[in-house]
Amino acid sequence: MRPSRLLLPLLLLCCIAPVVNAKEAQSSADDPVIEKRLMKLSQELRCLVCQNETLADSRADLAEDLRREIREQMKAGKSDQEIIAFLTQRYGDFVLYRPPVKPTTYLLWFGPFVLLLAGLAMLFRYVKQRRDSINDQPLTNEEHARVAELLRPGTGKETA
Amino acid sequence: MGRYLIPLVLFIVLVVFLAIGLGRDPHEVPSPLINKAAPGFQLPQLKDPSKKFSAQDMRGKVWLLNVWASWCVSCREEHPLLLEYSRTAAVPIYGLNYKDQREDAIAWLGELGDPYVLSASDVDGRVGIDYGVYGAPETYLIDRNGVIRFKQIGAVTPDVWENRILPLVKELNGNKFQGIN
Repeated sequence: MRPSRLLLPLLLLCCIAPVVNAKEAQSSADDPVIEKRLMKLSQELRCLVCQNETLADSRADLAEDLRREIREQMKAGKSDQEIIAFLTQRYGDFVLYRPPVKPTTYLLWFGPFVLLLAGLAMLFRYVKQRRDSINDQPLTNEEHARVAELLRPGTGKETA
Repeated sequence: MGRYLIPLVLFIVLVVFLAIGLGRDPHEVPSPLINKAAPGFQLPQLKDPSKKFSAQDMRGKVWLLNVWASWCVSCREEHPLLLEYSRTAAVPIYGLNYKDQREDAIAWLGELGDPYVLSASDVDGRVGIDYGVYGAPETYLIDRNGVIRFKQIGAVTPDVWENRILPLVKELNGNKFQGIN
């Protein structure tokens, strides 16, 4: 198939996509303040059914139920912290896109910095080594003598 | 040779980690509820909604709570095994009919058989949320003190039944007077 034949359907798809997406954020908004808080909080939370989607984006049944639960708890005056605690008690830290810093997540949080430091150390060592190797090294007396020998004209010894 | 040693070791470590990662099911999120008290609930029974079933009724017994629904494909797959296991009477199996229509659920049990002592209807899925359910079927093994000791996410397999659930049931039934760990 020629690429141009694919182009039109693809372009059409692009036109539909925003419309399809637009449905996701629908909310039975009666309190805009709570809806705003809900959107903000649920963007920090992972949907367990489709794990790469936030609770705000997911259309899964469970995500809808959880949004309903969060909405009701917000209406009941619960703080974001309390709601997050409610969810992590049930689903674990996995629901959080920003996992808490604790011994089991030290590697996750600090691992990249350790790697960065290790990389810097290796780079530093390499550069230093390289600089040392191109530094001027004075020739020893033996080497001078050998050079003089090689450069003496008329000996016919061009190679050692 | 020496200069290749460090990258080689790093590479092998990386391969080992990736290999472990490949073998794991990312859908199996470890439940924070293991070794915690099973959340309490009181729900109408599926077959007779005028009667209630509550987790507290089960104090003093080792039991399984199996989350199922007629719309759940893997539940259908798991069902024959549950029927078989319920006949062995090794451990009573109770059902949590999760976000289902009552008629559909009853028809489903009528068609495929009913392995459950009874099922409770969790129509709006609130008890499911309390139990951290995110993909039926899920099965919880709860001990005499009402503590969740094991959770199977997804269908129970013969391997899980033989090697995880049965030994644990035996252990929990044996240590009658032992408290929680």
